[in-house]
Amino acid sequence: MTATATERVLLDEEALRRTLRRIAHEIVEKHPDLTALGLVGIYTRGATLAQRLRDLIEEYTGARVPTGALDISFYRDDVTLRAEQRAHPQPVVKATRLDFPLEGKSVVVVDDVLYTGRTIRSAIEAIFDYGRPERVQLAVLVDRGHRELPIRPDYVGKNLPTARSERVNVELVEIDEIDRVVLIHP
Amino acid sequence: MDAIPPKSSAKRRHLISITDLRRADIERILQTAEGFESVMRRDLKKVPTLRGRTVMTVFFEASTRTSSSFELAAKRLSADTVSLKAAGSSVDKGESLRDTVQTLSAYDPDVIVIRHSAVGAAGMITAWTDAHVVNAGDGTHQHPTQCLLDLYTMQAALGGIEGLHVAIVGDVLHSRVARSNILGLRTMGARVTLVGPPTLIPRDAAALGAEVSHSMDALEAADVVYVLRMQRERMAAGASYVPSLSEYAAVWGVTPARLRPSQLVMHPGPINRGVEIAPEVADSAASRIVDQVRAGLVVRMAVLYDLLAGPGKAEPEAALRIVSPDVVSAAGQEVA
Repeated sequence: MTATATERVLLDEEALRRTLRRIAHEIVEKHPDLTALGLVGIYTRGATLAQRLRDLIEEYTGARVPTGALDISFYRDDVTLRAEQRAHPQPVVKATRLDFPLEGKSVVVVDDVLYTGRTIRSAIEAIFDYGRPERVQLAVLVDRGHRELPIRPDYVGKNLPTARSERVNVELVEIDEIDRVVLIHP
Repeated sequence: MDAIPPKSSAKRRHLISITDLRRADIERILQTAEGFESVMRRDLKKVPTLRGRTVMTVFFEASTRTSSSFELAAKRLSADTVSLKAAGSSVDKGESLRDTVQTLSAYDPDVIVIRHSAVGAAGMITAWTDAHVVNAGDGTHQHPTQCLLDLYTMQAALGGIEGLHVAIVGDVLHSRVARSNILGLRTMGARVTLVGPPTLIPRDAAALGAEVSHSMDALEAADVVYVLRMQRERMAAGASYVPSLSEYAAVWGVTPARLRPSQLVMHPGPINRGVEIAPEVADSAASRIVDQVRAGLVVRMAVLYDLLAGPGKAEPEAALRIVSPDVVSAAGQEVA
């Protein structure tokens, strides 16, 4: 970030909380049989969001939905590109935790920002290597556009048209000590 | 035939010695290996990470664990593999190391994993190929992936390596495993004591940062007892390091009576039961020998992943070190 970069808060703490509550309600609405539901968050912030959604769903329904965390590093399509060609820095690999059987489940993949769709493609490929869910859906906090693949979210916190040069930072209290979504203009 | 000039030598990374890695590099590789554990626990034990890449393993020396685990590691990452053993290859027909490497390099491998009896062989071939080179053992010099899997095993069993006390017992003199492990353990903040008869302990032990004891009583203080095999294939013909194997076993064999409870026992294999290690010890609950073999797979997956995927622009400094030219030329003289 340079000195001229500007930050705009898109969702503050209260707006973020309301948004997650709405997504949780929508997921419950679409799943009359909660025993068939499973949440899978993509590391790092998607995994945290999935835990929050699980807690909210438990609050509303009393049902504790099985929740896993997925590291998609080994499924990226840019793994062996040179560092400067990659869209993302190579993240530190985290251990995937998917401890519930996926067979017959409706799996909701949870991520913070939906952008090109490549991360979600990797996540879908990884999930099917762990098992065969009946259905896979996608929940994202922010959809910033610029899709490079035919991927569409089922639950969206906020639709946000952005320029490619801009950055969307989701900050969560568990990791970043604050709850907010920020748009950064370079 | 002139050596093929490397296309981008400045960018290529190799793993020749455990000293190529700083503590942060080792920690990153161990963490990646942990990520692969979850892959190994599921029904489908394969990820598409290195699809379309080629990994060649070239073994000029006998190997069970290292060659099979590198080959399986590459396959579990979806890379194509070619495994060459010196026996049955054109090496039998008199082909030199250089010609073999240049021939294999014509197939554009991304990684060459090499084991050779000559010190410096792995470092030397980096000049003859465009592939990333991984040293799977060069004479009595280095065996970095063995060190990494041993560190991984200790970390998994004991929660960490910093502050551990590891006793390495036996034929340290001829052991590349010991050399890599002393340096790797020191980098990670462990204390190392070499235990064995004076004839089998290298004179430069202090320079490596290890303490030395010529009494089995020294095992008492260790958290981990790391047992080494007598490497008779590397002992000079006619040289006598110990009076006899049975006397060695009586004085230096790791037996239940020489261990205290809660000590872990490790061994890089192959083990010679009844010589350096008693069968009851090898099969005891204290033994982590099977864990080491299992760790070999995920750690070698992590090394291949790290070499080809790289640490990325987030931490460009975390790259594995490039082998310096003087190391290559010094090694070259020994092999030539």
